[in-house]
Amino acid sequence: MKEKSKIKKEPLIKLSRREDIDRKHSWTFRALAIVAALIVDGIIIMVIVHMNPFDIYGTMFAGAFGTSRKVWITLKELSLLLLISIALTPAYKMKFWNLGGEGQVLMGAWATALCMLYLGNTLPGPLLLLVMFLAAVVVGAIWAMIPAVFKAKWGTNETLFTLMMNYVAIQLVAYFIIKWEVPKGSGHVGIINQATQSGWLPYIGTNSYPLIVGLVVLVTIGMHVYLKYSKHGYEISVVGESQRTATYVGISVDKVIIRTLILSGAICGFAGWLMVSGSDHTITTTIAGGMGFTGIMVSWLAQFNVIVMILCSLLIVFMGQGASEIATSFGLNEAFGDILTGIIIFFIIGVEFFINYKVHTRKSSGKEEA
Amino acid sequence: MSTPESKEVAVSLKNITKTFGSVTANNNISMDIYKGEILSLLGENGSGKTTLMNMLAGIYAPDGGQIFVDGEEAVIRSPQDAFDYQIGMIHQHFKLVDVFSAAENIILGMPGKQKLDKKAILKDIRETVDRYGFEIDLNKKVYEMSVSEKQTVEIIKVLYRGAQILILDEPTAVLTPQETEKLFLVLRAMKDHGRTIIIITHKLQEVLELSDRVAVLRKGEYVGVVNTREATESSLTEMMVGKKVELNIDRTDPVDVKDLVRVEHLTCLNKYGRKALDDVSFTIRGGEILGIAGIAGAGQKELLEAIAGLQKAEAGSSIMYRAIDNNDEIQLIGKDVNDIKNLGISLAFVPEDRLGMGLVGNMGMVGNMLLRSYNEGRGIFTREKAPRELAEEIRDKLEVSTPNVYTPVRKLSGGNVQKVLVGREISLAPRVLMTAYAVRGLDINTSYTIYNILSDEKKKGVGVVYVGEDLDVLIELCDRILVLCEGKVSGLVDARTASKEELGLLMTKYSGDHIAKIHVEKLLDDDAPAGDEEA
Repeated sequence: MKEKSKIKKEPLIKLSRREDIDRKHSWTFRALAIVAALIVDGIIIMVIVHMNPFDIYGTMFAGAFGTSRKVWITLKELSLLLLISIALTPAYKMKFWNLGGEGQVLMGAWATALCMLYLGNTLPGPLLLLVMFLAAVVVGAIWAMIPAVFKAKWGTNETLFTLMMNYVAIQLVAYFIIKWEVPKGSGHVGIINQATQSGWLPYIGTNSYPLIVGLVVLVTIGMHVYLKYSKHGYEISVVGESQRTATYVGISVDKVIIRTLILSGAICGFAGWLMVSGSDHTITTTIAGGMGFTGIMVSWLAQFNVIVMILCSLLIVFMGQGASEIATSFGLNEAFGDILTGIIIFFIIGVEFFINYKVHTRKSSGKEEA
Repeated sequence: MSTPESKEVAVSLKNITKTFGSVTANNNISMDIYKGEILSLLGENGSGKTTLMNMLAGIYAPDGGQIFVDGEEAVIRSPQDAFDYQIGMIHQHFKLVDVFSAAENIILGMPGKQKLDKKAILKDIRETVDRYGFEIDLNKKVYEMSVSEKQTVEIIKVLYRGAQILILDEPTAVLTPQETEKLFLVLRAMKDHGRTIIIITHKLQEVLELSDRVAVLRKGEYVGVVNTREATESSLTEMMVGKKVELNIDRTDPVDVKDLVRVEHLTCLNKYGRKALDDVSFTIRGGEILGIAGIAGAGQKELLEAIAGLQKAEAGSSIMYRAIDNNDEIQLIGKDVNDIKNLGISLAFVPEDRLGMGLVGNMGMVGNMLLRSYNEGRGIFTREKAPRELAEEIRDKLEVSTPNVYTPVRKLSGGNVQKVLVGREISLAPRVLMTAYAVRGLDINTSYTIYNILSDEKKKGVGVVYVGEDLDVLIELCDRILVLCEGKVSGLVDARTASKEELGLLMTKYSGDHIAKIHVEKLLDDDAPAGDEEA
């Protein structure tokens, strides 16, 4: 027995937690990760499609920022993704797993479209916009509040509940699309109020994108201040860290959960309003385009820092715009762009492991002691 | 039979080093353990005692250094390896299967035939049990057992596997004085049969009573080893702390004692509907320290939480708070934390679970000061200045060692965390100050700092409630001691005349069959706070 155990060796790789890594180092690591990801992407481009990676990267850049129109599209997409990320952030900071962003946005969009269709010709422009806005915000808030109330009162699992609410929203909107479709049998609602443009966000230049960007900037600043300096923001942090501590100092956990989800859902509804009234002028079941889920990633990647979220959203939107550009100009499948994006995100998330842990191999740990 | 005098080395450690990240838990430790001795491994919390022994037991592997068993180098990489070298460890947190009987737990994982011959096995185990004088019913299920019975099962388990060297990690921490006596008898019997015993502890009196030699660790370093015969409490403390420490608690006689809180017929149910408190009546008086003793889970937590407005009470319960200014009595039952605060009643509470309840680990001192005051002032924004000044004041006054007041408190040592919590609660200028296990896991100096703070509050006329587990401290620090046993008051004694044995008997006065219920509940309880484990 003793002989056997003598053969055993030190494990090849050992991990230890890094206690205090300073900001400069961690950001250097992250920058290196992006460079490494671009190199791996480059190799894949050369090996699989036999092209020059720099051509591809250049085209991607042109796809996102090539013309002023493209810059505005990128900025609009960035704003919408950022807005949804910001909407989800207070819930996640409170450790409430809101997977229902997609449905909350969709319900906001639905409420907006409803108002445009039924009130479009009866109310004056500014009043109509206000009614649409309120409807979208209220419906979005209700959609988020339902799982929150169930969680607070009966302890239901919010992950499943919010996720299922997405499908309810999709089915509901699908029903109304059939009801509203133009022409009958097409399965599409088409551009709403194309002639009168009633209920459309006002144009600045050739579209409403600058207005969307401006509004999102306001919400971003507001959320940053709310989370960092307000009493509510403090309560959210405490509930997220420890519900027992919150109870101990007299914070009503149920109240904070419901209140925060109302806020979260309201901002998602707001995003739905911007999409229908400011950008698409129509409604589809896929109008949120997965941003309700992508926003979760943005929020966590930024570790709930509202300012860092701008960078994360930019990266993801840039890759998306670039990917469709290389698909059209090089005749590559759009999935190829997704592969490149996937690799970059893999590296960005993976580097967090190396920021938190130090890896020793058998040799190097020996050296350290010498 | 070998004696310590024969100096035959059983285990030898040479230059053992172990680090966790940037923390060095054990630095270059070399020591010998003799055959047939009882060795105490003494040191403060965090001095690396458990880590060192875990390396003998195969839980951790050393980063550097060698272990020799019977003169041969041993590589111990798993608990199985340790058993191959006849080393067994009884951990602080028992590792037993609750629905199995004692005997089933003892043979679990042992090699044997396909078919269990229960009779033969029982006879076999019975032999071990009788040889050392254990008192245990081998057919009893673990969930029906008291803590001390479970510990007995763990010890028999290790002996039955043929361990010659037994390591016990703080075995008396959870026992009453009577149970401790029984354990010591068994340990001495094992020594007489030639077994080597290492007992990890920080209780000096037990060290002096039981062991042959004492090895001392301090901050991961090996300080030295002495024969117990030549040691005294103060010489050992000096080795442990590194300097002379005055170990006296300055207890003044209570002056101007006033009734502050009258608790009458307090009955509370826990979340499984069992009575956690059963018709409890007592009075908290301003100007004295009321100790609360009892074995773990006797209702201490529910009692403090009921007074703090965190625990619902049953009909018929009454908690009357007397406002000193106008002598009005206010009923606290049915009021929550905010109601109590809004009535202007200053109640401070240092809960047992410091980072899980009293503080927010990821926030700095400033953020944690805000916990009690964030809602003050008008407007929707929090104010940063007052809590920052308070944090700085507490840091300077209580000598909290922290890089700055914004460093997350979870990164601070246990003692500093407790200073932050106690400092904040005292800053409320409380009328009543309740503390639960206020010195658990703290080093000696910090413990005495806390005792002094509590004594100072008492002199100011505050009604101090001290829930404690160390009976010696309860007797030295408090004025009166309330003993809880299974949710009922089993005694209220004068601390100046009480003895440890008396308290121990009161703590187990109503031992009944509902231990089983408590343990079943523990199985169901997924949010039970984790114990303070040593790094």
